[in-house]
Amino acid sequence: MENNLVNRRNFLKYTGLSGTALVLGISNSNAAVVTADTVETGHALFLQPTQPNLGLNLTPYVIIEKTGKITIFNTKPEIGQGTYQSIPALIAEELELLPEQYTVLQTGGETKFGPMQMSGGSMSVRLNYNELRKVGASAREMLLLAASQQWNVPASECYAEKAKVVHKPSGKSIGYGDLVETAAKLEVPKNPTLKDTKDFNILGKSVKRQDIPLKVSGQAVFGIDADVPNMVYASIEHCPVFGGKLTNYDKTATMNVAGVEQVVEVERVFGVYQSTGVAVIAKNYWAALKGRKVLKVVWDYQGNEKFNSETYAQSLRDMAKNEGIIDANVGDFDKAFGESVKKIEAFYETPFVAHSPMEAMNCTAHWKENNTLEIWTSTQVPSDVMRDIPTRFGLKPEDVTLHTAFSGGGFGRRLAIDFIVEAVGLAKTLKKPVKMIWTREDDTQLGPFRPPTFSALKGGISEEGKLMAFQHKVISPTIMSFLMPNVDKTKVDETMVEGISHQAYEIPNMRNSFVYADIHIPMFWWRSVTSSTLAFSHECFMDELAHAAGKDPMAFRLEMLTKDSDTKRVLQKLKEVSNWDKPLPKGKGRGVAQYEFFAGLGGQVIEVTKLSDNSVKIDKVYAVIDLGTVVNPDTVKAQVEGAVVMGVTAAIKNGITFANGKTVQSNFHDTPVLRINESPPVEVHILANGGSKIKGVGEPGLPPVAPALANAIFAATGIRLRKMPFDLDNLG
Amino acid sequence: MKEYTLNINNKKIQVEADPDTPLLWVIRDYAGLKGTKFGCGMGLCGACTVHLNGQAIRSCQTPISSLKATSKITTIEGISTNIDHDVQKAWIQEQVPQCGYCQSGQIMSAVALLKINPKPTDEDIDTYMAGNICRCGTYERIRKAIHVASNEMKKK
Ligand code: FES
Ligand code: FES
Repeated sequence: MENNLVNRRNFLKYTGLSGTALVLGISNSNAAVVTADTVETGHALFLQPTQPNLGLNLTPYVIIEKTGKITIFNTKPEIGQGTYQSIPALIAEELELLPEQYTVLQTGGETKFGPMQMSGGSMSVRLNYNELRKVGASAREMLLLAASQQWNVPASECYAEKAKVVHKPSGKSIGYGDLVETAAKLEVPKNPTLKDTKDFNILGKSVKRQDIPLKVSGQAVFGIDADVPNMVYASIEHCPVFGGKLTNYDKTATMNVAGVEQVVEVERVFGVYQSTGVAVIAKNYWAALKGRKVLKVVWDYQGNEKFNSETYAQSLRDMAKNEGIIDANVGDFDKAFGESVKKIEAFYETPFVAHSPMEAMNCTAHWKENNTLEIWTSTQVPSDVMRDIPTRFGLKPEDVTLHTAFSGGGFGRRLAIDFIVEAVGLAKTLKKPVKMIWTREDDTQLGPFRPPTFSALKGGISEEGKLMAFQHKVISPTIMSFLMPNVDKTKVDETMVEGISHQAYEIPNMRNSFVYADIHIPMFWWRSVTSSTLAFSHECFMDELAHAAGKDPMAFRLEMLTKDSDTKRVLQKLKEVSNWDKPLPKGKGRGVAQYEFFAGLGGQVIEVTKLSDNSVKIDKVYAVIDLGTVVNPDTVKAQVEGAVVMGVTAAIKNGITFANGKTVQSNFHDTPVLRINESPPVEVHILANGGSKIKGVGEPGLPPVAPALANAIFAATGIRLRKMPFDLDNLG
Repeated sequence: MKEYTLNINNKKIQVEADPDTPLLWVIRDYAGLKGTKFGCGMGLCGACTVHLNGQAIRSCQTPISSLKATSKITTIEGISTNIDHDVQKAWIQEQVPQCGYCQSGQIMSAVALLKINPKPTDEDIDTYMAGNICRCGTYERIRKAIHVASNEMKKK
């Protein structure tokens, strides 16, 4: 049995997403032992991997215990986007479970759950929809077969329902728990039959999320809530100037603060970016903060104190005259532009922004006597943590345990593990459990930030008002230069021009390009990545072109969409739900924008009112998201509502600037986020009419916000905004 | 270091802390109640909102030395035993939380609002709740849920 099992385990194929083969995880002859269980107190999400538990491990993703208790593992960390419900639901639907019949546990980068334990790129549902359903369907088929064997009836007379197998002719039923032993002896079906979508009980329905009761009662465990006996607290002073180096420090005053235990150096590593900070270790966090306040550190700024964002912006403007590296090149742009009767050019600018999730970066780590390591944190990337940390710190992967908590927001920030490296570094030095928490100021000032993109656009209109020639040149530093040591700058960085060449608009002559800029400030993916800025320039310029052509902006776009496309459907839906053709009263205006990019496709119409004091108020946002298939419509609505709020924040609130090498902003007073009194009503429409491609949910609601808003402002006021952020209170 | 006696959720606790220690860290790390969250430490975000004698306060701005042994402190863990406060139920019905990190603070503010204004208008809600940031953008649902809770409470 043992050998047999090892063999079966070897059959496991993790194709990057989920087990395409299944495994019976019984690891000894008399009982099925799995390696995870919940912490019994409260509703902790943290795994307690040392507690064995009896049960049938049908695939790594599902445990059915003899008691009937069922656990489904979620490999996509919950960061607010709803994967705690949507991902297990894919399995549960096929396994015929109701939401209240299973417990969800978050995985911690364990090898058996594959290399893609991560939430990012709006990928979770769109890339796992069928694979995870197959996991559930295989388990269901095994339980059906087990029941038919136990009852000695044909399997075809049995069906599964609500965690039971029912024998149709006799009406007798048996719970899954009672089938565990028989099912464990069966082969895993290779091609299980998936349910007909019309028989779905959970998928496609606005099922209530299982994490919400935990989140309205203070019981949800976030990384910052980790509680390890005898842990100490850490706050780290980082070099305020990016690229600076630690010279020395004087800890005398710090050591006099009651509760402070030690002052130690610690490394922060983000891709190729590396810096040394000074950590104050104390019995409680307040003491660590007080000790940090009186710490005297001398830095060598290495000339980086000369960096200012305004000078940098000017350098990007200057670089706009460079030809750049060609991305898309369709037809003959130069010729068509030359022949156009109306030529327009425009330059757009966007700022750096911080992710600012409500839960600032934090991590708790415990480096034990026996050189094993335990980590508790909020991360979007358990797999990356387990790939990186053991190697970096010279440990075997099996000696590292990661507990993935609920994340108090991610938005891309928690795809980086710099703060985890810091905490583990501290734990290694201290040899005791340490909870390291960044202050809000640290979180705002230290990056990595969303890069600024500048866009130089040209468009040529024909006599008939058709867009004949189009050019979008992006000038920007690249995120990749932080993730890889030697970026090949003879090739376009696709991530920095994402979407611009792939819009569905039928434009006969188009030439897009990218101009590389350098920077030493760490930058990273921010919700919807470069589309969050490129959509602004791209879709505002489309508006400028429409007006130059003397056409309605919606009609102008639709005229460039003669073929059937998702984009066309999105715009048509927007036209309908926003009553686009019904004129608005004077002083009001509406704007439209859409954007298709790696994560998916969304579009919006925004209505604004011009007020007498030169300010503008956002009245309403109509949002359409194109999905193909939807798992939880209410979650999708929530994600789009949230993306709009985040998009409006990025459009109208000041982002991040730098002076003398330092981040100027520090907390929510000077880098504000939208508040409830500023939050516009959002009406969300979901297009999910089937189709082969499933699109993402978390990000596509964001890119259209800024351009739809700027276009609406133009419609209401005649003022064309080409630089984010814009000040709605004073349009000047 | 000084000795303090506090009443949190009708439980007496004794702590030894620096007089300027914010109530936030006392609640979280001395009393072990993790539902109250750290967001900004500057009174700007409301994630740390608790009640002091029924009124919403920012615990990150409340030094322990300012509290009396008789002051009644209520945290998210103290508003119901079975997640059945009308505001919590409304929050579940409207599926308000996304990441959930701000929501303890949002709920504590909403409970306090409904106490002083049982039938708030949208404007009342906007004014009162403007101190609570939600980076996930759950504001519309918060507004709706407060109305739902208000209606439920009126029925009683
Ligand atoms: S943490 Fe107290 S208001 Fe933000
Ligand atoms: S739900 Fe995430 S910050 Fe409010």
